[in-house]
This record gives sequence, C-alpha cells and structure tokens, in this order.
Amino acid sequence: MKKRVVITGLGIVAPNGVGVPQFTEAIKKGVSGIAFYPQLRALNFSCQIGGIPTISEEKKRDYFTELQLKNFNSSGILYGVIAGMDAMRDAGISPSEKNKAPLWDLGIVFGTGTSGVDKFREAIYKLDEGNVRRLGSTTVGQTMASGISAYLGGMIGAGNAVTTNSSACATGTEAILMGYERIASGQANQMLCGSTSDDGPYVWGGFDAMKVITYKHNDTPTEGSRPMSASASGFVPGSGAGALLLESLESAQERGATIYAEVLGGAINSGGQRGEGSMTAPNSEAVQKCIKEALVAAGIAASELDYINGHLTATIKDSVEIANWSEALDRRGTDFPYINSLKGMVGHCLAASGSVEAVSAVLQLQQGFVFPNVNCEDLHPEITQRIASERIPRQLIQTPLQTVAKASFGFGDVNACVIFRKI
Amino acid sequence: MTSERIYEKLLPIIQTYLPEDVSKEAVNRESDLTRELNINSAHLVDIVLDVEDQFDIEFANEDMEQLRTLNDAIGIIMRKVGER
Repeated sequence: MKKRVVITGLGIVAPNGVGVPQFTEAIKKGVSGIAFYPQLRALNFSCQIGGIPTISEEKKRDYFTELQLKNFNSSGILYGVIAGMDAMRDAGISPSEKNKAPLWDLGIVFGTGTSGVDKFREAIYKLDEGNVRRLGSTTVGQTMASGISAYLGGMIGAGNAVTTNSSACATGTEAILMGYERIASGQANQMLCGSTSDDGPYVWGGFDAMKVITYKHNDTPTEGSRPMSASASGFVPGSGAGALLLESLESAQERGATIYAEVLGGAINSGGQRGEGSMTAPNSEAVQKCIKEALVAAGIAASELDYINGHLTATIKDSVEIANWSEALDRRGTDFPYINSLKGMVGHCLAASGSVEAVSAVLQLQQGFVFPNVNCEDLHPEITQRIASERIPRQLIQTPLQTVAKASFGFGDVNACVIFRKI
Repeated sequence: MTSERIYEKLLPIIQTYLPEDVSKEAVNRESDLTRELNINSAHLVDIVLDVEDQFDIEFANEDMEQLRTLNDAIGIIMRKVGER
C-alpha cells in the first residue's frame, strides 16, 4: 500500500520574485523578470536578455556564513540553498542540531544541469596557468553536480538519501517524482525536492549558438519570452531555483503542518530519440504516453484536470505541445483545461524550470487562481484551432482548482509529468 | 620579520576559518589547528593559500605536512621569508 504524499513547504528564487509572498504577487500581476544584460552584448550574444533573480549581499548572509561565502562563486548553489532552506522553514522543520544525529527520515533530491560554472571557469584559468595548487578546497564542492544537494544536506543535517538528479529541462519535475516515490514506498518521511540553475553567459552560450533563444527583443526584454504566441521567436534563458518539501500525509498530520496540496503521482519517460525525437526535439508519442501514464499513476480521469502548467518555452514547438496535451487528454476547444506558461514572465530557467513552475502550480491550486499568460496577445493559430483562446487566460482568473498537472520536457528527449490535488 | 609580527598577521587568517562554535579568543600560538580549533582539515589548504598571499612565499607539500599549530606555521613562514 503506497503512502499518501503531501506538500508542506515551498521555497522559490525566481527572476520575478524571491520568496513565496513576492513571487505570488508577481505571478498574479504578470510581472516580468526579464532584463537586458550588457555583459551578454559585450560577449557578442545574439540574445542579450535573460532572467536572473535579485539577491542582495545581506540576504546571502541570512543563509551562508562568511566562511562559506569566501571564494564562493556558484549562483546555482546560492539559489538552491535559499529556495531549499525557505521550503524547510515554511514546512516548520528545523535542521538537526550540530552535534546530534542527522534527520534519518529526511532526504533530498535537488537537481541541476551543471554546477558552479563560474567557479569552474575560475579554476580552469588557474589550472591552465600551471597553478592547480591555487584552486583551494572549495572548487570540488561547488563544481560537482551534487554540490547543491551536498550544501543543503550539510545545512539541514539530512540523513536519508541526499542526491542530485539531472535530466535537462525535466530535472525539477523529475526531482519531485523521485522524492514522491521515496516517501510513497516508505523509505523516507520527508523529502526536500527541487532544482536549480546557474545564470549567465557560460550556461546560456551553448543555447545562443544553437539559435534556440530569441535575438529579436534586446531592446524590449520584457516582451521577449512569448509562449504560445504567433510571434514567438525562441526562448529567453532564465535561472533560479524552486523547492518543495514533500512529506507523508501521516507525518504532516502528526505535526499539524499546513498542507498545500497532495502529490497524486506522475510519470517519467523518454522518447528514446527515435521517430521525430532527437537530442533537441521531443518524440510526441512519448510525450502523450507520459501524460497518460501520469493520469493512471495518479488514479484520475483526464476529465478531472482543471489546469495545466505547461512546459511551453516560446519556440515553434509550443503548438506541438498543445496538440500533445489535447491528444493525450482527448480534450479540445472549450473543454480543454486552463493552461499557462510561467516562462513568459521568467524565461526558461532550464534545469530549474520544472521546480520553479511547479511551485507556481501549487500556489495557484492552493489559492484558487490562474495567473495571466503574458506576451501572447497574438495566440498562434495552430493553438487556437485546437483549444479555445479563453482557456489560455491573458488576465488573472480567480477560480477554484481541484486537480492540476505540471509537465516538463527536456533535451535528450526526456519527459516528466506530475499531478497535484487540493486536499 | 619577527615572530610577533608574523603572529599578528597570521592570527586573522586563522580566525577566518574557525567553526562558528569556536571563539576567536580561543586561538593562541600553541593551538592545534584541526584538533583543538576544530578547523575543517580541508580548509588547511585555504589557510596556506592565504598565508602565501600575505607573506609572498610558497609552501611545498612537505611544509604542509609539518603544519599542526600556529607556531609550526610561524616557523615555516620565518624560514621562507628569510630565504627570500
């Protein structure tokens, strides 16, 4: 018998808001976190805009000691630690005391695409000058993929599984499902799940070279990320972190914790880069299969879905994603669930996208609203052929939601879909 | 450079790496860096880098092996500065 799993804490570091209250207000108002970055222009990027969360030096010191900040140069770990520790505090769970036993029943799955890129760059310069001895003791901790889960693990004193997953843009959603499975199967009581992504040119450069990010909005940054729009011209790179504290229902009830929502289950798969699938393109059959399997795992009918938090990156593939949802759910026109994309406001936060967007989905579910889609006043005709434009709100809608889906699709032809329900 | 002058410059470097539960006043010339002051042994390499920058010297791997207390560090520094 699987244990029921609920969400009792949230943490968010997004380009348009840091902390749940600020982020909630931003998404309700459709506030953009996208800005122009002169550094990108100086480096000859085609796309000179991006999404970077604002973190003051003072705020850093609320989470890190001076010693931890010495030689620290990993924005992904910074964002992940803030989001992760905020989710812990939100859930009312204290780290274990320094000289006591670890929290054996609390684990961490915190994903990333790559860690400490700026630190790695620093190290490579020293190393190439023959100065390997000058790297210091913190290069490994900041540049290993599992740096973020290791930082959080130490701050919290987590004693269950502490790991980092990586599946490109599906990372965050996958992390939630990995944590869910661990609790559902009785191997852990509490799992801090989330994902993070570094910001800046060294993460974004490869995407610029691939011409998958937009070059058309360097002078109009807040209009650059245009999911579902006929004039979408590529995504806008973002960064940040999202975190969700998952917990068994019994543990949450025993503690008297505030419950945001239940995680009903979900599915993870891959299109195997077969058929239309490739390193960069999804196999639609796999996407549809993933969505259908998520419904089965959650034990719900497609008709029960009230809302979809899409992947919807603002490329030419958005209409394909809508078609896949429509086929998988067998719903179209005005029968289609509400759908939106956070990427219009924050850009594509890459490995962080799944968790950042999942936090937005849980907030909408808990508070009963659908945030406005921005920059899609000109909906793509292939989208409106399939689903009614009123199902793609351009204004904030206050409406009770019962059951919602969040899906993410990533490079390598990988998919993840999770279902949340109000409790 | 006198041993006192070196100690004055060395002390703040060492204090930077103290764990939160060890007070700055606990540091003296005889203190064992890892055993008594509880400094994470991984940070010894960072201390050495800071010392190198401060005194414009370079530690060899063998010097690292001899480094236990502040007095050890002072001895190594005096020798290196003298050789310079």
